[in-house]
Amino acid sequence: MNTVTAPVITTTYREALRMALREALQRDPRVFLMGEDVGRYGGTYAVSKGLLEEFGEERIRDTPLSESAFVGAGIGAALNGMLPIVEVMTCNFSLLALDQILNNAATLRHMSGGQFNIPLVIRMATGAGRQLAAQHSHSFEGWYAHIPGIRVVTPATLEDARGMLWTALMDPDPVIMFENALLYNLEGELATDAGAVDIDRAAVRRPGSDLTLVTYGGSLPKTLQAAERLAAQNISAEVIDLRTLRPLDMTTVLGSLAKTHRMVIIDEGWKSGSLAAEIMARVMEQAFYELDAPIERVCSAEVPIPYARHLEQAAIPQVETILAAALRTVKQHV
Amino acid sequence: MTPDPILARKLLHEMVRIRRFEEKSAELYSAGKIRGFLHLYIGEEAVATGVMQALQPEDAVFATYREHGHALARGLSAGAIMAEMYGKVEGCSHGRGGSMHLFDAAAKFYGGNAIVGGGLPLTVGYALAQKMQQRTGLAACFFGEGAIAEGEFHESMNLASLWNVPALFLCENNLYAMGTALERSEADTNLVEKAASYRIAGKSVDGMDVLAVLEAAQQAAQFVRAGNGPYFLEFRTYRFRAHSMFDPELYRSKAEVERWKQRCPIAGFSVRAISEGWLTPQTIAAIEAEVAREIAQAVEFAEAGTWEPVETLTRDVYTARVQPE
Ligand SMILES: Cc1ncc(C[n+]2csc(CCOP(=O)(O)OP(=O)(O)O)c2C)c(N)n1
Ligand SMILES: [Mg+2]
Repeated sequence: MNTVTAPVITTTYREALRMALREALQRDPRVFLMGEDVGRYGGTYAVSKGLLEEFGEERIRDTPLSESAFVGAGIGAALNGMLPIVEVMTCNFSLLALDQILNNAATLRHMSGGQFNIPLVIRMATGAGRQLAAQHSHSFEGWYAHIPGIRVVTPATLEDARGMLWTALMDPDPVIMFENALLYNLEGELATDAGAVDIDRAAVRRPGSDLTLVTYGGSLPKTLQAAERLAAQNISAEVIDLRTLRPLDMTTVLGSLAKTHRMVIIDEGWKSGSLAAEIMARVMEQAFYELDAPIERVCSAEVPIPYARHLEQAAIPQVETILAAALRTVKQHV
Repeated sequence: MTPDPILARKLLHEMVRIRRFEEKSAELYSAGKIRGFLHLYIGEEAVATGVMQALQPEDAVFATYREHGHALARGLSAGAIMAEMYGKVEGCSHGRGGSMHLFDAAAKFYGGNAIVGGGLPLTVGYALAQKMQQRTGLAACFFGEGAIAEGEFHESMNLASLWNVPALFLCENNLYAMGTALERSEADTNLVEKAASYRIAGKSVDGMDVLAVLEAAQQAAQFVRAGNGPYFLEFRTYRFRAHSMFDPELYRSKAEVERWKQRCPIAGFSVRAISEGWLTPQTIAAIEAEVAREIAQAVEFAEAGTWEPVETLTRDVYTARVQPE
């Protein structure tokens, strides 16, 4: 018998997430989804649309505007045998639940000397770029990646949108999944048998030899575009999608650097104290002598994200700014 | 309450001004001139109109992301608001805030806040500062009924009452928080009682009747100004449009929306004003014409506005310091 590869369908990041939610709900009765407007409204970004009709109110649970209480309740339910998926509409509102996430979800296992587990998944939208102004444009992935005790994942492809959720649910510890809101409409092909994927390793999204572009989440499509344009100038860029921001897979990052000796990090967080800064620091610690040029970072400007479109676009990473940083990096000779 | 013709004209003018401004905003959103989130106040005009009429220039106003009507009624120019939504420098927040973040220091308008409940603690602190500095103005805070589920609401009510501050809490109960109906989010839907549990006096008011709103707001403001502590008003109202421009409205029936539209605050007041002899149809037509002119000018002003150069991207993050010599 020949091995047949499964047929592919054209779908979106949003649909892929919904497939993952549906599968999880079908597969395990302990799984339930809760959050603001996940049910009746059909999900703020329509990710959970139709699930209420399919699974009912017990398992697709609309919550009041009580971020601290329902995230905390998710932690409590996870402590007591359930596998909750808590949707916090956007990371902007997760600040109201930060105490529960940081002081309970991330610490209970440790404080109890390893007696308890919190198998919880928290999903939230993140990112700027839609002219929603300062309070609605945050990128807090890097902040959350600062916290020991939680795992942070950032699906940026259809495969990861489809496959990370189940693996995250099976993880005995709390996992926060950041979905960049600009990715929901991302279209692409997905195998009909696509399923769980690992949440441990970074992925090389484009192989290359002249420099390494390290990124994640909403900046991945921009970085791939920049790599394409670099190729037109005969510069071969390797693009690494971190996928998981905590714990960081430095093996993949350093493996690439050992080949290219040059690196640019693209991260939508503010530059000061960013995830990009952490990666840079680890390269300094672990692979300083591999570098042929200083590492560059393309991050958000040190400003609350402004409303006006041209100012907002100037504040966040762009293909042009990635390209410029990459060119500076390859033109430095040691 | 029986208004004299001047007050009746003023109230209708303000409500029509808000309605037409919002309709124009929706149109400009579809045309791509306004971006981001746009939350319309259509259907709820009587609340901001009646309350602002009861406030004084010395009072401060805190509002939500659904605040165009409040900004207009507080006296911000339609042009400055429209320019803000265009993202122009001439906007009331210089293009940095957009629809959800209208600010005006001179009008003591402390903004559009896009975090539900976010304005409540600020209001308590502002009112506390008024008291500590023996100033007379009160602090008024508008918020949706959805905010009542937030811890910040309860913490703020308690503090306001405990410290006996001059705060006026104005809950716009339009029955939905995005797609979540009040009875699906509150175990007890009696909102006035929640305030009462913090020993804050309160009242529920028909938010579709501008005269009822005005009367209740005047009494409440008087109560607060007299040093009796905070007061809570619930306005029962309804938004005729979607939550924002992205809402497919799966959670409520067209029939329900139609029923509420029968109680349109503008149509209702117009009919009554004519039958009571407060206003003539000619006056009402004149109001429409004045408003149409004002809004056309506001759009022109916004169109003619300027874009801030990107070189100043990081301005207004910190206050410029005077360098020591
Ligand atoms: C803390 C927080 N959580 C969630 C949201 C998303 N959100 C924006 S408006 C809204 C509904 C608020 O309803 P309500 O307070 O009743 O005001 P209304 O929109 O009806 O005027 C929600 C859930 C938010 N802005 N802030
Ligand atoms: Mg509401």
